[in-house]
Amino acid sequence: MPEHRLIHWRWRSTLANATVFALTAVVVAILAWLVIDLLRSAWPRLSWNLLTEDPRRAGRAGGLAPILVATAGVLTVCLAVVVPLGLATAIALAEARGRWANMVRASLDVLAGAPSIVVGLFGLLIFGDALGLGYSLASGGLTLAMMVLPVVVRLGEAALRAVPAELPATAAALGLSRTSCWLRLIIPTALPGLLAALALGVGRALAETAALLFTAGASERMPESLADPGRVLAVHIYELAMNVAGGEASAAASAVVLLAILTASQALGLAAIARSRRSRPS
Amino acid sequence: MFHRRADALFTVVTRTAGAVSGGVLLVLAAVIAWHALAALGDPGLSALLGTRWQPSSGHYGVAPLVFGTLAVAALTLLIAVVGGAAAGLAVGWLLPARVATGLRLLLLIAAGIPSVVWGLWGLTTLVPLIGRWAPPGTSWLSASLVLAALLLPTVAVSVDSSLRAVPASARQAVAATGLSPWAGLAAIGLRPLRHGLVVGSTLALARALGETMVILLVAGNVAQFPRGLGDPLRTLTGAIALEMGYASGAHLAALFALGAIALAVVVAILVLAQCLGGDREVVLA
Amino acid sequence: MRALLLALGLGLFLLPAAERITLTGSSTVAPLAAEIARRFEAAHPDVRIDVQTGGSSRGIADVRAGRADIGMASRAVRPGEEDLIAHTIAIDGVAVIVHRDQTVRDLSREQVIGIFTGAITAWPMVGGSGDVPLVINKAEGRATLEVFCDYFGLKPAHIQARSVVGDNAHGIKTVAAHRDTIGYVSIGPAETAVADGVAIRMLGLDGITPSTETLRNGVWPVSRPLNLIITTTTTPSPTVAAFLAFARSPAVDDLIADLGYVPPPR
Repeated sequence: MPEHRLIHWRWRSTLANATVFALTAVVVAILAWLVIDLLRSAWPRLSWNLLTEDPRRAGRAGGLAPILVATAGVLTVCLAVVVPLGLATAIALAEARGRWANMVRASLDVLAGAPSIVVGLFGLLIFGDALGLGYSLASGGLTLAMMVLPVVVRLGEAALRAVPAELPATAAALGLSRTSCWLRLIIPTALPGLLAALALGVGRALAETAALLFTAGASERMPESLADPGRVLAVHIYELAMNVAGGEASAAASAVVLLAILTASQALGLAAIARSRRSRPS
Repeated sequence: MFHRRADALFTVVTRTAGAVSGGVLLVLAAVIAWHALAALGDPGLSALLGTRWQPSSGHYGVAPLVFGTLAVAALTLLIAVVGGAAAGLAVGWLLPARVATGLRLLLLIAAGIPSVVWGLWGLTTLVPLIGRWAPPGTSWLSASLVLAALLLPTVAVSVDSSLRAVPASARQAVAATGLSPWAGLAAIGLRPLRHGLVVGSTLALARALGETMVILLVAGNVAQFPRGLGDPLRTLTGAIALEMGYASGAHLAALFALGAIALAVVVAILVLAQCLGGDREVVLA
Repeated sequence: MRALLLALGLGLFLLPAAERITLTGSSTVAPLAAEIARRFEAAHPDVRIDVQTGGSSRGIADVRAGRADIGMASRAVRPGEEDLIAHTIAIDGVAVIVHRDQTVRDLSREQVIGIFTGAITAWPMVGGSGDVPLVINKAEGRATLEVFCDYFGLKPAHIQARSVVGDNAHGIKTVAAHRDTIGYVSIGPAETAVADGVAIRMLGLDGITPSTETLRNGVWPVSRPLNLIITTTTTPSPTVAAFLAFARSPAVDDLIADLGYVPPPR
C-alpha cells in the first residue's frame, strides 16, 4: 500500500480508537457512578439480616425475607410457563419456514415492545379479575411471563438455528427420529445459547416494577402460597423510595441486594455457557 | 412407525406452543382495544384528536402525549445507539480478551438494573445538574439521558454478540495480513456490526417507547409540546401510570385509549424497523 | 380460583385456617395501615391482613365493589359518597416547601396563590431570592392536590406548573433539585427529609409554622384526614370491626408519630 495511504489509515485508526474508548469510558463511568452512589446510600442498612428478617417500620428497619420469597415465587411461576412454552415455540420457529413463522415472530416482537404498564393492566383485568386470582404471586408470574416470553423465544430460536446443519442431517441419515434428534442432539448442542436466553429473560423479569404492582400487589406480608399477594424486590424499592419518609437508605440497600442476585445469576449463566461450550461436540 | 407417531406428537406440541405464543399479543391487544372502545363514545374521537390533555377540565387530546413518547424515544435511541455501538465495539472487537470479559459481565449486569433504580438516581443526581441549564431539571433531555443509560447495555450486548459470531479463524487471518483492527472491521466486520446494531437498537427502541418509571421520575410530566430539550413533557405511558389510580368514567376509558395507541405506536415503529433492517439473527455468548 | 390453586397443591405451605382482610387505596395511608396491621396480627395470629396501594379512588371503588374489605383514602368523604363510612386513623398536614437556599421564610395566602397561578413572576416580588418561581404540582386526582386547592380556593387548571410529580418523595426530590422551586407535600415526609439533610425547607403560612406540633394542636390550617373506609351496605365481620377499633385506639399512636402524622382527635 502506498505510504501516504498507510498513514491515513493510522490516523483514522487512532482517531477511531480514541473515540470508541472515550465513549466506552463515559459509559463505564456512569455505571460506576450509579453503583457507587447506591452503595453509599445503602451502607447504613447493609447487613446479612436483610436476607432473613421481616421488614419493620414500613421497611426502614429489619430485612427483606418476605420480599425475597415473593420475588422467588413470582419468578417460579413465570419460568414454569416460559421455559416449556418458550422452548417449544423456539423449536417450532427454528423448524418452520414461511408466513406462519414470520407472523409468530412479528407478534412476539410487538409483545416485547408492549409497554409494561399496558401488560400490567391486562394482567389486572384478565388474571386478577376475570380469572379470579386477585392480587397474587400467580397473577404476577403469569403477567411477567408475557414479558419474558419474547426474549426467551427469539434468543432461543437463534441458538437453535446456530447449530450446524450437518447435525440433523447426519441424524436423519442414521435413521434417528426427529424427536430424538431434537431432544438428544440439537438441544444439548444449543444449550449455551439457550441458557443465555434464559439468563437475559431472568434479568428482564427481576427489573420489572409497574406490571407487578398491579398484579402481585404491594403487600409486604410473607406469602404463604402462590395465591397470596406479595411484594417483589423492584416494587419494594419503589415503595420505600416514594412513599415512606426516610426510606431511601433501605431502598438503596434493596437495590444492592437485587444487583447482587442479578450478578450471581448472570455470572452463573455465563459460567454454564462456558462449561457447555467446552463439552460440546465441535 | 413408532417414530412417526412420536414425531407427529412432537410437531403438534411445538406448533401449538407457537400458536399460543403468537396469540398472546392478539389477546392483549383485543382486551385493551375492547376497553378503549368505550373512549370513542365518551369523550369521543374528536376530543381525543385534540391538542390539549387536561382531564380535570375535560380535555382529552392525545397529541402532546404521542409527541412526548416519540420525542423521548428518538433522542434516547440516538444516544443509546452511539454509546452502545462504542461499548460493543470495544468489548467485541478491540479490547484484549480478559478486559473484554470483565466489561462484558459489567454490561450484562447493567442491562438488568431496574428502571426504578435508574430513575431515582436520575432524579437525585442528574436532574440537579441539568437544572443548572434548564430549571428545575426534570425535562426531555433528562429523561432521554437516563433512559439511554438504561438501554445502552442492551445495544452494546447485541453488538458484542454479533461481532463475536465472526469466526476467530477469519479474524486471525485478517490480522495476519497486517491490517489494523479498524481495517479488519471494514473488511469482515461491517455486516455483523450492522446486524448487531439493528437488533440492539430495535430492542432498545421498543423498550424506550414502553418505558414508564424513568420517565415518570425525571421527565417533568407536564402534558404539553416541549419547545426545547429543557422543557418537561409527558408520555403515553407516563400518563397512564400517573393517572390510572385516580380515574373513572370518561377519563378511565381515555387512559385505555392511550394504552391502545401506545401499542399501535410500537407496531408501527417495529414494522418500520423491519423494513429498514432485514433479517434479525442474534447469537449470544 | 384461589381455592382451586390451593387445591391443586400449588401452595408453598399448607395454609392454616386464616381469616383474610384486604385493604386497598391511598399510597399515603398504606404504610401506616401496614404497620398497624402488623401489630394487630401479632395479637391475633389467625388473621392475615394484606395492604395494597392503587390510589384513594381505587380504594373507594374496590370497597364498593367488594374487592376489598376496607378502602384507604387520604381525604375526607365528599357529598355524593353517603354510602361510605370513614374511620379516621390519623391527621396529615400539607405544607408548602421550597429549596433550603431560598431566603423567604413565610408567605401570605395571596402570595401563594399568586405564585401558583403564575401572577408572581419573580421571587424578589415576595421578598425571596432567585428568578422565576418553578411550580412543582401534584398530578390530577391526588388527594394532596385537592386539599391544597380547597384551602387556597384554586382549581387544578389554574395552576401553572413547571413539573408534575406523583408521590411525596417525588415532590421533595424535585424541589431539592433547584433553588427556585416551590411545591407542597405532607408535613411528615417533609420533616423527615429536612432532618435527613435533604435540601428543602417548609414555609410558614400567614405567620404560622408548619410542624407536627402545630398540626397536633390544630393551629396549622391545611390538613386532611387519613381514612379507613367501609360501606353502609355491608356489615363488617367481627375481625374487620376489631381491626378498625384497634386502628383508632391510642395503642397505635407511636406508629402514627413514626411516619410523621398526628393522631386524630378522640
